[in-house]
Amino acid sequence: MFDWPLLSLLIWIPIVGAVLLAAIGNRMPHLVRPLALATALLAFVLSLVVYAGFDASTSAMQFQEKAVWIAAFDIHYHLGIDGLSLPLILLTTLIGVLVIIGGWTITDRAHLYMGAFLVLQGLMVGMFAALDALLFYVFFEAMLVPMFLIIGIWGGPNRIYATIKFFLFTFFGSVFMLIALIWMYLQGGSFAILDLHQLPISLSAQIWIFLAFLIAFAVKVPMWPVHTWLPDAHVEAPTGGSVVLAAVMLKIGGYGLIRFSLPIVPDAAAELDWLVIGLSLVAIAYIGFVALAQSDMKKLIAYSSISHMGFVTLGLFLTFAILRNTGELTGAGLGISGAMVQMISHGFISGAMFLAVGVLYDRVHSREISSYGGVANTMPWFAMFAVLFFMANSGLPGTSGFVGEFMVILAAFHANFWFAFVAALTLLLGAAYSLWLVKRVFYGEVANDNVAGLKDLGKREWIMLTVLAVLVLGVGVWPYPLLEMMEASVQNLVEHIVVSKLN
Amino acid sequence: MTVAELQLALPEIFVLTMACVVLLADLFISQDRRGLTHLLAVLTLVFAAILTLRVMLPPGEVLYAFSDTFVRDRFGDVLKVFAYIILAGVFVYAKHYLRQFNLFKGEFYTLSLFALLGVMVMISASNMITVYLGLELLALSTYALVALDRDSRFGSEAAMKYFILGSLASGLLLYGMSLIYGATGSLNLADVSAALGGGAGDSMLLTFGLVFVVIGIAFKLGAVPFHMWVPDVYHGAPLAIALFISSVPKLAGLALAIRLLDNGLIGLHGDWQGMLVVLAALSLVLGNVVAIAQTNIKRMLAYSTISHMGFMMLGILAGTPEGYAAAMFYAIAYAIMSAGAFAVIILISNGDREADQLEDFKGLAKRNPWHAFLMMMILFSLAGVPVFLGFFAKWQVIAAAIGAGFTGLAVLAVVMAVIGAFYYLRVVKLMYFDEPEHESAITAPVDFRAVLTINGVAVLALGIFSGGLITLCVSAFV
Repeated sequence: MFDWPLLSLLIWIPIVGAVLLAAIGNRMPHLVRPLALATALLAFVLSLVVYAGFDASTSAMQFQEKAVWIAAFDIHYHLGIDGLSLPLILLTTLIGVLVIIGGWTITDRAHLYMGAFLVLQGLMVGMFAALDALLFYVFFEAMLVPMFLIIGIWGGPNRIYATIKFFLFTFFGSVFMLIALIWMYLQGGSFAILDLHQLPISLSAQIWIFLAFLIAFAVKVPMWPVHTWLPDAHVEAPTGGSVVLAAVMLKIGGYGLIRFSLPIVPDAAAELDWLVIGLSLVAIAYIGFVALAQSDMKKLIAYSSISHMGFVTLGLFLTFAILRNTGELTGAGLGISGAMVQMISHGFISGAMFLAVGVLYDRVHSREISSYGGVANTMPWFAMFAVLFFMANSGLPGTSGFVGEFMVILAAFHANFWFAFVAALTLLLGAAYSLWLVKRVFYGEVANDNVAGLKDLGKREWIMLTVLAVLVLGVGVWPYPLLEMMEASVQNLVEHIVVSKLN
Repeated sequence: MTVAELQLALPEIFVLTMACVVLLADLFISQDRRGLTHLLAVLTLVFAAILTLRVMLPPGEVLYAFSDTFVRDRFGDVLKVFAYIILAGVFVYAKHYLRQFNLFKGEFYTLSLFALLGVMVMISASNMITVYLGLELLALSTYALVALDRDSRFGSEAAMKYFILGSLASGLLLYGMSLIYGATGSLNLADVSAALGGGAGDSMLLTFGLVFVVIGIAFKLGAVPFHMWVPDVYHGAPLAIALFISSVPKLAGLALAIRLLDNGLIGLHGDWQGMLVVLAALSLVLGNVVAIAQTNIKRMLAYSTISHMGFMMLGILAGTPEGYAAAMFYAIAYAIMSAGAFAVIILISNGDREADQLEDFKGLAKRNPWHAFLMMMILFSLAGVPVFLGFFAKWQVIAAAIGAGFTGLAVLAVVMAVIGAFYYLRVVKLMYFDEPEHESAITAPVDFRAVLTINGVAVLALGIFSGGLITLCVSAFV
C-alpha cells in the first residue's frame, strides 16, 4: 500500500471528514463524535503506514506526488516528505486524535468544533508535505481560518481580541514571504522548493528574502519580540485550541526556517545568524523570567513555550557560528537535530501541560494558580501525570525535554561558550517556574472547597495523558528512532547550507 | 457592411433587440405576472452567451468589423461571457429584493440590458468613438437605475451626484480623446498605436490628452482621488442596484482601460504607468483605511471596491500580457465576490428596511448557518486569504507589479491587504462570535438560495481549481 497517494490521503481524509461532520451535524448529533474520532484515527494509522514505509537512509524526498495545478505559472500540487517533515506529520496526526478525545464534552456546535480541528489538521499536514512554495503558502495561510474560528467561537471571555490579534499578526508576517516567493519565481521561473534550494541569489537580495522569511516564521515560532499574540491566543483558546497551537502550529515557524530560510538563502543566514541567535537567547532567558511572574497557568505555559522555542531557533542557526569558531562542522548537525527533537518534545510536553490545565479548568473553571492548592490530595493520579509533564518541561533527564535541550546546549558550546551559558540558564529558570507552579497547585494543604471536591481522572483523560506520558518518557530514554529518522536529512541540510549560493 | 460583419456583432444585436422586446413586452404584462419579464431577461442572457460562444475565437485571432470600429477577440469574448453569467446572477438576486421593496418593475430589466449592451460595446471597441458610445450607454442606464426608487431621497441624491460627476468624467475623457485625435490624426485605436509607434505627434499634446484619458478611466473605476462618487452611490442606490454597479461595470472598466491604454496608447506606456502607480497606491491606502471606519456595510463595501480597483490597476500598470491577464482575473474574481457579498445583504434584509448596518450581521451563523458560511468564504476571499478565489487574484497582480519592477508598491499592497483583512474579519466576528439580536427566520426563494450557494461555492472552487480560469485569462492576451 506504499504506492497509494498516502500524503494526499493524510491531507484530504480529515477535510472530507469535516465536510461530512458539517453535513450530518444537525441531524445526527450522536454520530458526530464517533465519526470525528474515526477520521482522526484513520489519519493517524495512515501516518504510521507512511512511517513504516519511510526509508531513513536517504535525504531524498519520498512518497512524492506531483500533478499540475496552475499550468500558466508552472505551479504543481507537489507533495513529498523527508526526515525533517515526517516527525512533524506524525506529531500532527497524533495530536489530532488527542484533541478530538479532549473535545469530547463540547456541547456548543460540536460538529463544527470537531470539523474545524480536522480541517486544521489536514492543512497542517499539507503544509509539512508541500514541495511547491505556493502550495506551501496556501496551506500556511489557509490554516489561519479554522484557528480563527476555534478561538473566536469556543474561546474565553476576551476571545475576540485574542483571535483577531492572532490572525492579523500571522497574516502580516506571511505576506512578506509571498513577496519573496514571487520575486524568486520571477528570477528562477519555478515555485518548486527544491529548485529554490539551488537558485543562485545575490547577497543583497538574499538578505531581503531572509528578512521576509524571518518575519513570517518568527511570528509563528514565535520569537521575541513578535510573540505577544501567543499568550493572548493561548489563554483565550479552548483547551484543544491551545494544545494544537502549542504542539503543532508553533512548529510551523521552525519548520519554515529549516525548509526555506536556511537552504534557500544560506549566505544571508550566515550573515545574519547573530540576529536570530540574539533573539533566541533573549527569548530563552528574558521570557523565562516573564514566565516566572505569571499567575495564570495557561499564560505561564505560553511563556514557557516561547522560551523553549528559543532553543529551536538557536539550534538551527548555530551551524554558521560553529563553522566560524572552529573551522569545522562538528556539532552543527547536533544543533539542528537538537532543534528538531526539541520541536517534537515540546509538542508532547506543551500539549500535555495544556491538557492538564484543561482537566483542572473543566472542574473548577479557573486558570488562576491561586485558585488551587493541594490538588495532589484529591487527584493523586492526575498529580502524578502533571508532575511528570512539568518536570519534563524543566528538562529533567530521562524525559524528552532533556534530550533536545541538551543537544542544543552541547552544540552551542562548539559555537561560543556564552551562547551555551545563557541557554543553560533555562534549565534553572524552567525548573523554577515549572516546579514553583507544581508546588503551588498540587502540593500543600487542600486550599479550598473547590479543590476538596475534585474527582480524579476520567477514562478519557487517562487515555490522553497516558499516551503523552509514554511518549515523553520514551523519547527521553530512547531517542534513537527519532534521531535516526532525521539523521540523513539533517546531514544533507548541513552540507547544503555551508555551500555559498553567491557567484 | 457585410453579413460576415453583422455576424461578428450578433450578440450585441441580439441584446439590443431583446432589450427593446423586454421594454415592449413588459407593457402588456400585469404586475402579478412580472416574473415573465424576469424570465425573458434571463433567457436573453442565456442566448447571448450561446451566440458569443458559438464563434469563440481561438487565442490570438482578432477580427474587425464596421470600418474597424468594432473588434472581436478572445479577450472580449471571455469578458462578455462572464458579464452574462454575473448579470444573470444579479437578476436572480435583484428579483427577491425588488419584490420585497415594491420595486419589481420592467424598467429594471430594460435598463440593465441596455447597460449590458453598453458594457459589450465597450468591451468590443476598437475606436475611441465606440468606446465613448458604449461608456455613455452604460452610464446613462446606470444613472437611471440608481434613481429606480423614485420616492427615495437618498436614491435621487445619489443619482444626481452620480450623473453630475459621471458626466464630468465623460467630458474629460472625450476631451482627452479629442487631444489625442489632434496629435495623431486618428480615432482608430490601432492607428493611434501605429502613429505613436512611428513617433508621430506633438508630445505635449499627447501627454495632455493622455492625462485626461487616464482621469476618465480612473473616474469610471473609482480610483482615488476620483472616487468621491463611489461611497455615496453605493449607499444611496437601492441594494439591487448597488449589487449591479459593483459587479458587471467593473468588467467594463477593465475593458475601457485595456482598450484605450494598451490597444491605443501603449506607445505612452512610460507615461501612463507612472500615473497608474500613483492612482493604485492612493486607492489601496485610502480604500482600506477608510473602510475600517464605516458602520454601514454598503459604504464599507464601496471603500473596499476602491481598494480592489487599486489592486486591479497593479496588473494593468505592468503593461505586459501577464499583467493584463492578472487584472482580468482580478476583475472577474472581484465581480463574483462582490455580487455574493451584496446578495447576502439582500438575504438578511426584509421589506421594512435594508439590512445595511454592520449590526444586522450579528449572530447570522446561528440564524442561518449555511448562508453565514458562504458569506464567510466570500469575506475571506475578499481579504485575500488562500485558498479562496481572491487570493489567486491578489497574488497574480502582485506578481505582475513585482515583474514590472515595482516591488515597493507590491509591499505597500500586501500591507494594505492586511489592514483590509481587519474590516472583513469584523464582519466574520459579528456573524460567528456574537449572539443574534433577534431570532426571526430568514427566508428567500429557492432560486435565490441556489444561485447564492453556487456563487459562494464558486469562490472556493475557483480558488482551489484556479488553474483553468488563469489559463483562460492568459489565453486572452497571446
